[in-house]
Amino acid sequence: MQDIPLSQILFVSTFLFFIGMYGLFTRRNLITMLMSIELMLNSVNINFVAFNKYLFPDNLDGLFFTLFIITIAAAEAAVAIAIIINLYRSHNSIDVDDATEMKY
Amino acid sequence: MSNYFYILWIPLLPLATFVILGLFGRKYLSGIAGLLGTASLLTSTILSFIAAKQYFFVDGKVNGVFQKIVALKYTWLEFSPNVSIDLGIIVDPISVMMLVVVTSVSLMVHVFSLGYMKGEERFATYYAFLSLFTFSMLGLILSANIFQVYMFWELVGVSSFLLISYYFNKPSAVAASKKAFIVTRFADLGFLIGILILGFYGGTLDIGLLIERFTAVNSVHYISITGASFLGASMLTWGLTLVFMGGAGKSSMFPLHIWLPDAMEGPTPVSALIHAATMVVAGVYLVARMFPIFSMDEAALNIVTYVGAASALFAAVIACTQTDIKRVLAYSTMSQIGYMMFALGISKNGGENGLGYMASMFHLFTHAFFKSLLFLGAGSVIHMVHSNEMKDMGGLRKLMPITHIAFLIACLAIAGIPPFAGFFSKEEILTAAFHENKIIFGIALFTAALTSFYMFRLYFNIFWSKETSATNHAHIAHGHDNHDAHNNHGEGPWVMKLPLIILAACAVGVGFVPFSQLVTSDGKALETHIDVIFSIAPVVLSVLAILLAANFYKNQNNKSDKVASAFGGLYTAAYKKFYIDEVYLFITKKIIFPFIGQPIAWADKNIVDGFMQLLAKTTAKISELIKGLQSGKVQNYAMYFFGGIAILSILFLYIWK
Repeated sequence: MQDIPLSQILFVSTFLFFIGMYGLFTRRNLITMLMSIELMLNSVNINFVAFNKYLFPDNLDGLFFTLFIITIAAAEAAVAIAIIINLYRSHNSIDVDDATEMKY
Repeated sequence: MSNYFYILWIPLLPLATFVILGLFGRKYLSGIAGLLGTASLLTSTILSFIAAKQYFFVDGKVNGVFQKIVALKYTWLEFSPNVSIDLGIIVDPISVMMLVVVTSVSLMVHVFSLGYMKGEERFATYYAFLSLFTFSMLGLILSANIFQVYMFWELVGVSSFLLISYYFNKPSAVAASKKAFIVTRFADLGFLIGILILGFYGGTLDIGLLIERFTAVNSVHYISITGASFLGASMLTWGLTLVFMGGAGKSSMFPLHIWLPDAMEGPTPVSALIHAATMVVAGVYLVARMFPIFSMDEAALNIVTYVGAASALFAAVIACTQTDIKRVLAYSTMSQIGYMMFALGISKNGGENGLGYMASMFHLFTHAFFKSLLFLGAGSVIHMVHSNEMKDMGGLRKLMPITHIAFLIACLAIAGIPPFAGFFSKEEILTAAFHENKIIFGIALFTAALTSFYMFRLYFNIFWSKETSATNHAHIAHGHDNHDAHNNHGEGPWVMKLPLIILAACAVGVGFVPFSQLVTSDGKALETHIDVIFSIAPVVLSVLAILLAANFYKNQNNKSDKVASAFGGLYTAAYKKFYIDEVYLFITKKIIFPFIGQPIAWADKNIVDGFMQLLAKTTAKISELIKGLQSGKVQNYAMYFFGGIAILSILFLYIWK
């Protein structure tokens, strides 16, 4: 099997990152924004794994980082969803445009 | 020597009384406030007498010399190992003497006020203020550190301010209290600078150490302070003169005397305590406390001498023309303090030449008794007549026999007639002046004659003069207090008579205290004797002045008016107090306000405030511009964040590499 070059993997992860960023900026639904953030985190994970495999195949640091990020992302999602639920209770909506009290 | 530790209680008891009466007095204790204050002060007085007995007759003397004892020392503020402000209690002849004077006069005033201030609405507050004053004065006396002196000095000023404005719904009293406070504050500015100069060169604020360092001619400190000079005078002269300026302000020496006559707006017992016997002699006490340093500097001593002599003469002349009896007494106080000042000024430190110092302290001691007696007597008279003006009085001797006798004794004492107290102290002063400075002696002699004249002018005007009007007064007085049916109502209750009797006994007796054995400049006993030949001149002059006053004022006649018109301009000028108040008003209102005050006010409003407002407005403008960034939309914030990251990456990747 021919090895996939690093640049292709990096291309995928960059693509994934900007999809996430686009989602984050354009969507007004908080759940969707959270999903977009997860996409960005996953693109970073891909980067870690790819660099680990291609540049330092003898080390496992990149893999460990990825594992930690996945764990923390799960915790962070729990927190974020808790926030979202609270927002929904107080505003009856999870649209970010409805929660704009914290301004000048 | 901790066996003087109990002296600490002497000032602390009045302080405790002040706190208790100040916090709870008006609500809960108005009935017993007077008794509480008097009882606590009685304890202090007894302790003072015990201290005086112990110091003067038991263990103060070592090898024939009275020692300076530091009974307590406590480091309060330490700036560096060498410079600290200590709180301490000093026990030496003058502080013990002053303890006795202040506590006993204050006690008399407390007792007298029980009758005089009875029924006042703010009775408890009055006693709280009296206690505060007594505490501050006692603290001032016992201070071992010049900065401690300064703190108590200000406290004394505050309590004087509070007591002068006791009748705060009277505009003249409020104006007088402000005047007293501002004038003495102005003088205290000089005092503070003086302290800083002495402290800077002496490297300490402790009075004992300062004296030690500045009296040793070879010490580093003495050489540095006399070596430095400013405007042609050495820093020692400047420091001492500025310290004296503070003393002159408190002691109402010319030209800082303008507050004292106005301060008579306060209740009369207060005038007796503060503005006659105790606070106004603080300046004399200060100079005496620092006297060894003063004696090292001829120029500063000369200033003390001439300011004292000028005040003595100046005030005596004015006193001859005033018609408000309390103002006459105020000017006479100023004149007598002038006496004490110049007696200090002509003195030297130690030995036979220290006669002036001892005489000054002696006069301070006797003056406190007869002057407070005069004021309390005047208080009794005012209590009866309800007026301060001489023309409303006359012929009171039959209505107020005790007051009359007491007042007469006090007048004889201040006039220097033997064997009353004033005679002895005044003789010492005159003797000292005769040996040191003939000009001063002349002024002193003339002032002594004037003193007799105006005191007896006062006496005859109050107690003799108009015979017929006496019954009228009784009727007027009855109209005010109709519950008292007795004919001798005006004398007041026994609490007002008792202090008069006690003080009259003092005015007779304290002259016989062997003062020269106890209080001298160097602690050694000084041999003095009354030279009969020498005392003929002043006594004869005083008697002549008394006869002249009797001739003018004993019966109603117009002789005095004729003499007044013969003096013409001089009389008017003296009656108007030599226009000093007008000069001050002119300087402040016509020169300082428009040329200094208003420009400063303008600069404050437009430049200082303007700069601040500019800052505030600029800040507001900028925030107005950028507040749109704080939109409250999460996605905008995310955008800024990514934008920032992008810019940083560009910076790191392409520009800083």
